[in-house]
Amino acid sequence: MACLSYAQAGCLALERAMAADPAVVVLGEDVGRGGIFGQYRGLQQKFGTARVLDTPISEATIMGAAVGMALAGLKPVVEMRVVDFALCAMDEIVNQAAKARYMFGGQGRVPLVARLPIGIWTGSAAQHSQSLEAWFAHVPGLVVVTPSNPQDNCSLLAASLECGDPVIYMEHKELWTVEAEVDPTAKVPLGRASVLRAGADVTLVTWARTVQPALEAATAAAARGVSAEVIDLRTLWPWDRETVLASAARTRRLVVAHEAVRVAGFGAEIAATVAEELGIPVRRVGGARIPVGYSKVLEDAARISAAAILESLLQ
Amino acid sequence: MIRQTMQEAIVAGIAEEMRRDADVFIMGLDIGRFGGPLNSCKGLWEEFGATGRVIDTPISEGAIVGAGVGAALAGKRPIVDIMFLEYLPLVIQQLGCDGGAMHYYSAGKARVPLVVRAKYGVGPYHGHPYDFHAWLMQTPGVKIAVPATARDAKGLMKAAIRDDSPVLFMEHMALYHGLRDAIPEEDYVVPLGVAEVKRAGRDVTVIASAAMVRRALAAAQALAKEGIEIEVVDLRSIVPLDEATILDSVRKTGRALVVQETVCFGGSTAEVAALIAERSFRDLKAPVRRLGTAYVPVPFARSLEKAAVPDDAAIVAAARDLVSQ
Amino acid sequence: MVTLSLDEGLRLYRTMARIRAFENAAEEASRGGVSAFGAALSASVRVRGPLHLSTGQEAVAAGVCAQLTTADLITSTHRGHGHTIAKGASVERMMGELFGKVSGCNGGKGGSMHIADFSVGMLGANGVVAAGIPIAVGAAHALKLRQRNALVACFFGDGAINRGPFLEGLNWAAVHALPVLFVCEDNRWSATTATGAMTAGDGALARAAGIGVPGERVDGNDVFAVHAAAAELVAQVRAGQGPRLLHAITYRVKGHVSVDPATYRDGEEVDRALQDDPIPAAAARLRAAGVAAEALAQIALEAEREVAAALAAASAAAWPDRAASYSDIQDTGSDRWLV
Repeated sequence: MACLSYAQAGCLALERAMAADPAVVVLGEDVGRGGIFGQYRGLQQKFGTARVLDTPISEATIMGAAVGMALAGLKPVVEMRVVDFALCAMDEIVNQAAKARYMFGGQGRVPLVARLPIGIWTGSAAQHSQSLEAWFAHVPGLVVVTPSNPQDNCSLLAASLECGDPVIYMEHKELWTVEAEVDPTAKVPLGRASVLRAGADVTLVTWARTVQPALEAATAAAARGVSAEVIDLRTLWPWDRETVLASAARTRRLVVAHEAVRVAGFGAEIAATVAEELGIPVRRVGGARIPVGYSKVLEDAARISAAAILESLLQ
Repeated sequence: MIRQTMQEAIVAGIAEEMRRDADVFIMGLDIGRFGGPLNSCKGLWEEFGATGRVIDTPISEGAIVGAGVGAALAGKRPIVDIMFLEYLPLVIQQLGCDGGAMHYYSAGKARVPLVVRAKYGVGPYHGHPYDFHAWLMQTPGVKIAVPATARDAKGLMKAAIRDDSPVLFMEHMALYHGLRDAIPEEDYVVPLGVAEVKRAGRDVTVIASAAMVRRALAAAQALAKEGIEIEVVDLRSIVPLDEATILDSVRKTGRALVVQETVCFGGSTAEVAALIAERSFRDLKAPVRRLGTAYVPVPFARSLEKAAVPDDAAIVAAARDLVSQ
Repeated sequence: MVTLSLDEGLRLYRTMARIRAFENAAEEASRGGVSAFGAALSASVRVRGPLHLSTGQEAVAAGVCAQLTTADLITSTHRGHGHTIAKGASVERMMGELFGKVSGCNGGKGGSMHIADFSVGMLGANGVVAAGIPIAVGAAHALKLRQRNALVACFFGDGAINRGPFLEGLNWAAVHALPVLFVCEDNRWSATTATGAMTAGDGALARAAGIGVPGERVDGNDVFAVHAAAAELVAQVRAGQGPRLLHAITYRVKGHVSVDPATYRDGEEVDRALQDDPIPAAAARLRAAGVAAEALAQIALEAEREVAAALAAASAAAWPDRAASYSDIQDTGSDRWLV
């Protein structure tokens, strides 16, 4: 065990995978210098410029080349800097990486991990702050992972590198510096949610950065006599339907909270599923359908606060 | 009244707007002398080509839509034909994040009156079926029109051209050259954000769009023989979503089935179903239900394609099941 | 043909004849297909999806692929049957794929636009223009990192040079001196639009030169010239000198898809192109070198027989099982597609 930041925990998982498997390579802008968030620090010194590959600002080709590398026997880790820039590589993600195995009838596989950090992050404004996880969960063929803490970032990145499928790995930018004890050998399977707090009155499903305000809201709700069960989904595809449905069947109420825009966010899928399966009341808390503004006041308006979640829990 | 196919009605709508407003122009690959894939622009070159308002482009989708955003910012009202919605990933940056956000960035000073046309859907033109419009549903600033009939298509196209926001205009290939529809000869628009009850019924609300409206109507006919009356709500626009019409209908019937051809998982059906579950919970006699395409890429072989997409029988079965609850 | 043995010449001829026979048969089988261009879909059509024919462009596929080994890889375009055949794929399994049958090389999941045969190093046709370029670059990068003595031939059309991945991919390959032979198969038409009018500057070769990727222009309807030019460029790539570009000028004698009558084109232009058919041109050269007319006729006949057998096999083959819709997607969460 060691006390590591969220960024260091991911880096450690990658380092271990690269040491164990020469097929694992990293490519992207600025990865040689350790990545802009330090999530690749030291890897180029350790594994060389051939395996930790600095690239031009060519998102489409970084992603497309990773597909070609994967088809030709490597396990690339793709750095896209922020999810917003991955929009320049959407064809390569959606029409190539996600579908190659299927449309070629199983002849080839695309084992790659694309790191597409999400979220609002200190005045980064409209093109560096989005949470677009629902877009990728909607695309058949992709695995979507959204870790909320250092241990999960280490374990889920390791699991992603092992799963053999194209993975959209979405770290939240505001979590990079969060520190905690990390056991690099601990396993977390993809598709398994984590129940962070048990409760009897309402099921609260969330992921990534929103786990923190969700836990705060649950604590506040407890003080008001409402016992909330808090579930960190951890992966959006595959998502842990069983855990969520079992919890909601018990509590008979569901709240989903995420930072992404509420309309057509992944919360809609969870709320719709629970409504269909259990016929119980559901509520969603999510971002307004607005771009994230630059000014702190505007940025805060786009955030999901513990107070907003609390209000839904108490309704 | 004149009788036109959806393709003819859309082109007629564009031509009328181009005559009415000299700022309207259209660009895209193969839209000039060739008349556009599936005749999507047939006749526009002959009428407007000489004025430079029908522009053939290279295969540079991102640049074309980006140029559309630029032209709109500079005061024109461009229409961009990207051929197929399958190419949405190639233009999502320009359409969603540039086009959708410019009005906001500029604190309301800039407007982006842009229409992006795209063909899609499982239909006779086997290929290019992908439809990820849910991405844009979550993207602030962009509107989405999704006509099911020729009459609506023309009216929505005219509304889209006159709208000051970027509009994704979805043209379903199975409806394109299909049934002719009676089209008013006078100028009309179908406003964005207004759904229509295409058939009234008391037992189940089926909320559908595009090709699924026709399937829902067929299912309604079949079920009427069993005494089950389906109300078919045609969304016509995905954004803005006509929440009032949806919720009013569900209040009346107490049962809701949301049907779309797109991948159900994480799609716009989830948004509609979640909306109903949140807002109409007390009206519901049975849990809301969704029908859509399975969570797999659309396969080529016919037998595999059939397995993936919902049909009339699936709608009938789901509606019957809802009523039995 | 100076450096070419008669055997090699006949091999090129046979490849072209096989591609032509395949394309002709596929075209016939697609009549009544894709309801584009005004026609309705026929219920009895055998090849129902969009079919992009490489008829008249056979010399490019044959000439380039003859310089490749089984260890080499290729990526292709939506117009990829010729490349696939020339790289060594089974015509029978390809026809099965066009029919959407379980016998197809992709098991019916891909069709013409995604046809692939990984067993012969054919990494897939592509429904998106220029999308194969980054994939080829990445595959070449993997070959380099894995220290494999092989290269990637990346076929794309003239329209692709107007998309961003062309710039990005060539730049990448040049920066890393990757073993890629870029082949711009210039058939002059971007769907239904003449590419020349849509392309600024001097085209593929000039753009490549600007990025530091040397290349050559060649008459893409002269299979021997393509073969010779590819030999030279492939040798440079194999020698570790980095990527090269072959700009092969040919002509798309058919429409954009098989059911497109291409009435938007000048008839004289098409007539001129038909006079410049690469197969009779190659036949004339082989005849002049002493090959008997009967030998060439025999090759054509064998090609047609092979394709006839492929058609019969494709017709007789079973449809894929519906359950196949839910396989080959992912392992992660693979029991949950019906959500």
